[in-house]
Amino acid sequence: MPIRRVTFTFKTELIQRPVIYELGIKFEIVTNIRRAEVNQNDGWVVLELEGSSEEIERGLTWVIEQGVEVSSLEGDILTG
Amino acid sequence: MQLLPLRGPVENLSNVQSLRCKECGRDYPQEPIYVCDFCFGPLEVAYDYDEIAKNLSRESIQDGPLTIWRYDQLLPASRENAVNIGAGMTPLLKADNLGKELGLNNLWIKNDAANPTHSFKDRVVSVAATKAVEFDFDTIACASTGNLAGATAAHGAKAGMNTMVFIPSDLERGKVLGAAIFGSVVLVNGNYDDVNRLCSELGDDRRWAFVNINMRPYYSEGSKSIGYELAEQLGWRAPEHVIVPVASGSLFTKVYKGLNEFAKLGIIENADTKMHIAQAAGCSPVAAAFIGEQAHPKPVIPDTIAKSLAIGSPADGYYTVGIANSSGGSGTAVPEDEIAEGMKLLAQTEGIFTETAGGVVISTLRRLAREGVIGPDEETVALITGTGLKTLEAIEDIVETRTIDPTVRSFDEIVMESATK
Repeated sequence: MPIRRVTFTFKTELIQRPVIYELGIKFEIVTNIRRAEVNQNDGWVVLELEGSSEEIERGLTWVIEQGVEVSSLEGDILTG
Repeated sequence: MQLLPLRGPVENLSNVQSLRCKECGRDYPQEPIYVCDFCFGPLEVAYDYDEIAKNLSRESIQDGPLTIWRYDQLLPASRENAVNIGAGMTPLLKADNLGKELGLNNLWIKNDAANPTHSFKDRVVSVAATKAVEFDFDTIACASTGNLAGATAAHGAKAGMNTMVFIPSDLERGKVLGAAIFGSVVLVNGNYDDVNRLCSELGDDRRWAFVNINMRPYYSEGSKSIGYELAEQLGWRAPEHVIVPVASGSLFTKVYKGLNEFAKLGIIENADTKMHIAQAAGCSPVAAAFIGEQAHPKPVIPDTIAKSLAIGSPADGYYTVGIANSSGGSGTAVPEDEIAEGMKLLAQTEGIFTETAGGVVISTLRRLAREGVIGPDEETVALITGTGLKTLEAIEDIVETRTIDPTVRSFDEIVMESATK
């Protein structure tokens, strides 16, 4: 099963919402948090997503629509 | 094309201990891997400094070649296998004219546009390509909008490797051709995110040496050579300030690491250098984090003319902010309209034509001087990482030329009269 490693960055208004829990409920994606830092203002979570490629894409599209910044673990590969 | 035979994998180098996770400290063998299996932290080369100290001295360095490979004991690849087209030992120039403009009496320009493909990327790719050969890869790859493309294509050609350089299809023709001359450029129809995603997927399922993915721990070490060179060229001491253009942040962290390694090994007395972040306002996640007193940069969508700094999600942003803070440095986001001004100022005072990233550096330097962050007599180095010849479109609106008829009268009227006004 494909695996994607990503970073979610949360704004203040999303801190109290269980977005990662909802992602696992709404889509057939297993989420596995590896590292995180959350405070009252913002937060980031490094996690692994496991599921079919299509389901991961759909899930990430939904997460972005909720206002979460999503970036790949590697950061941007395309370099100047 | 007839490829040269590849050299086989080499024994682990005695100067390198392991790859070590920057977050949890777990050790990994020297392999083409880049992320910790446990915490997903980035892996970095860890050295055996006791072993290195036995052989390293100012004299041993000075006996080495006039390239980055003179510092091979502090690099994670062997000088004997080096894929070497002459990267490194670029000029460090005293910038008295620019210094006079800015009120700085002790200003230096490190001109990395003097590298073989005209940017500092030759340093990192030389190490990555050498490591790729040592790992017995037959293909080297990258995704780039400019400098990295040329450096990877050139080193791939020198190594006799298959080379895959991915470039967005709408990139300026000059940049495409400048890399394509070395062979194996692939133009990708799609936007910035499309190219990123494609290369991430290819990096996952092909056995390629992707210079800034699975080669990243080794690749990034090449930037330390700038720190070593600064110290050596200044007469074995660290400068008080360095202004570094920041994209992913890798260059920033490695220049600092290089200076500190020299101090740790006794090659220089100390490394109390203040490290200054230079970004363009149109893509300034790292400077914004520094200014906002946040440890982690928030990703942004780049919208800057400084294309070589257009990294919206900087992999080493967190570490860059940390070093700027701990070293007593700063973070600056230069307004977009000051970038070309910075390029022009450097060109017209020091005769150095830099790319837009250099314009960001010079404009940052000007602001830091004005604000008193850098004192008039403090030894300061501005890093110029690439040539302006690749980004000519950035200066079309700011350069002036005069056209005359082929007569002395026309010359006198148009050129001489304006000169006397």
